[in-house]
Amino acid sequence: MYKTAKEKLPAVLDAISRYFSLYLPVDYEDGAVFEAYSYGKTLSSKVNTVKSPKEYFFPQTETLVNFKVDGKSLSIIDPRRESEDFVIFGMRACDVKSLAILDRVFLSDPIDTYYENRRRHGIIVSMACSKPAATCFCTTFGIDPSEPDGDAILYLDKDTLYLNIKTEKGAKLLTPLQGIIVDCEQNEVDTQKNLIRERLKKLPLSSLQTTTFSSGKTDDFFSSEVWETLSDTCLGCGSCTYVCPTCHCYDIKDFKTADGIRRFRCWDSCMFSDFTQMSHGNPRTKQSERFRQRFMHKLVYYPTNHDGIFSCVGCGRCLKSCPINMNIVKVMKALGGEGNGKQ
Amino acid sequence: MQKVTKDILISKAAGLLDSQTVTRVLGWKRGEFYDDVTPAVFHSREELENGFVFDDFCGANLSKYLIKETAKDDGKILVFLKPCDTYSFNQLLTERRFPRDKVYALGVGCEGMLDSRKIRAVSESVISVRDLGNSVEVETLYDGILTLDRQTLLPDRCQRCKSKKHVAFDELIATDGKILDSNRFDEVEKLEKMTADERYRFWQEQLSRCIRCNACRDVCPACTCEKCVFDNPDSGVANKACANEFEEKMFHIVRAFHVVGRCTDCGECSRVCPQNIPLHLLNRKFIKDINTFYGTYQAGETVGSRAPLVDYNPDDAEPSEVLTGGTHHV
Ligand code: SF4
Ligand code: SF4
Ligand code: SF4
Repeated sequence: MYKTAKEKLPAVLDAISRYFSLYLPVDYEDGAVFEAYSYGKTLSSKVNTVKSPKEYFFPQTETLVNFKVDGKSLSIIDPRRESEDFVIFGMRACDVKSLAILDRVFLSDPIDTYYENRRRHGIIVSMACSKPAATCFCTTFGIDPSEPDGDAILYLDKDTLYLNIKTEKGAKLLTPLQGIIVDCEQNEVDTQKNLIRERLKKLPLSSLQTTTFSSGKTDDFFSSEVWETLSDTCLGCGSCTYVCPTCHCYDIKDFKTADGIRRFRCWDSCMFSDFTQMSHGNPRTKQSERFRQRFMHKLVYYPTNHDGIFSCVGCGRCLKSCPINMNIVKVMKALGGEGNGKQ
Repeated sequence: MQKVTKDILISKAAGLLDSQTVTRVLGWKRGEFYDDVTPAVFHSREELENGFVFDDFCGANLSKYLIKETAKDDGKILVFLKPCDTYSFNQLLTERRFPRDKVYALGVGCEGMLDSRKIRAVSESVISVRDLGNSVEVETLYDGILTLDRQTLLPDRCQRCKSKKHVAFDELIATDGKILDSNRFDEVEKLEKMTADERYRFWQEQLSRCIRCNACRDVCPACTCEKCVFDNPDSGVANKACANEFEEKMFHIVRAFHVVGRCTDCGECSRVCPQNIPLHLLNRKFIKDINTFYGTYQAGETVGSRAPLVDYNPDDAEPSEVLTGGTHHV
């Protein structure tokens, strides 16, 4: 564990930015945004950004391959370059955990090399949440915001900045920070950790449970009547999926350029009417079926395929961004209240 | 103005269900928090009593849902309409998007809805909100109770409300208001005063933040095509995300043009945008230009009116005037 005076935060950011590309959440009038650091930018005071930082590993749009046509010859151009190390500074516990969920998808065989490249080079400095928001429910999924995952953990209290280096990747920060941070005891952040744990217990959603869900429960919930009711006024937009740190569906399309084709992939949303469109037609024709897919995927299918791990991290973004205020909490309550989905 | 309360509305709606005047009620449903109100259909007095809400967070315009609901062919549906919602209601009728006789429209008074985004900008730990007339009392987890000026928590569309008058209803709860002088073109004028470069940069910055979630389109009561061209894989423009810089701009420009003369300026697009892009400014520019070139026109003010761009009048502005931005036209 290392520490320095809190007022040294700008110096810390600046020092890191001299060695690595640095990204951090920055406050704007209408919410916080993860963006590239430049001199003078300060760390957001908000708990969460509007959009999650997943785009640094899984961008909304990326080119997979370029085809260039020249007369009768066709060249195939691979746009992949080995990334350089970069730092995402100030990621919350929920967002860090979301990467572990994406890893299970993109890093299982066949490995998605585009994603893997960025994962290998991304150094994550997580940040403990001293003031969890009213919409947070990460503890429901076993996440501890007083001790987030990450290559290094940042704690900020009234006067002091603490940095707990956790991995070899995290230790790469020690060179830039030499002379700014000094050694300290692990237990110096205990007061803050305890405060966070006390605060978590008092959150409005602290009693939300996952006990009714998990692996193998598909049949219990698939035919439930609540899907119709819950999705009745859903617009079928992509807000919930696009702000979500764990949603990871994508589409691959070709874009005609002046001298060839650019094949790109872009985020897709199970809420869209053409999702799962195939040559035979579309197996999901109603919004209630698309809506069910999103929540069943998070609460039942993903855990079924991934050792009981849920693919929601309780960040609360979908609670804030849905135009009709429908969200995973309402879904969980509706399904749980129904007694395991059976009438 | 008589304050419209949830209880008055519940007893009114339940009475109409009991007398079988309507078979269901399209309204707003309470959520888990102070602000997460969801549009919902209620079928009984009990459902209404358990969940119906009418408070500072009922901003959602319910009129577009009437297309889907009336198509279910299930008797008459009651809908609650705030003044701004009645303009969308009329516009949908003008476009023959639902049968009027299957709807019972109940106009409800409105003093402006609060913007939860503005509340969260003050504190992310708000757990309850209490209306105190000109101010709002906000209870937080870490900062105690805060008293905030109500006016500052209103969204732009309510700060510049164009009308407190209901232009359509079968029955009105609360006395009707007036069409207001709202200064709603102020921001447009600011944009007009910019140089072309500045304006380009403004929109470039705003629209480059678009994530193509389509919420603006999906909520818009003027966007009622059965299949949007941007959802049609055969259209060549259906790319879901921003394949290049041009794409999201094309989406917004096409959409803005498509709703010209039909957009009532209800402000739903800007309310729902997760990226908080001021989309209403695009549409307001069109509204302002129509007013300048073809005489004042408000979409949805009456049923059956012909929008200037789909009508011909010998006095219409010449294309050359429109092209030069109306410099001849003072
Ligand atoms: S489903 Fe909602 S709360 Fe869960 S991770 Fe996604 S955005 Fe966050
Ligand atoms: S749940 Fe909300 S955000 Fe998600 S598709 Fe439906 S309306 Fe859009
Ligand atoms: S709601 Fe906002 S982010 Fe979504 S498509 Fe419209 S402008 Fe883009």
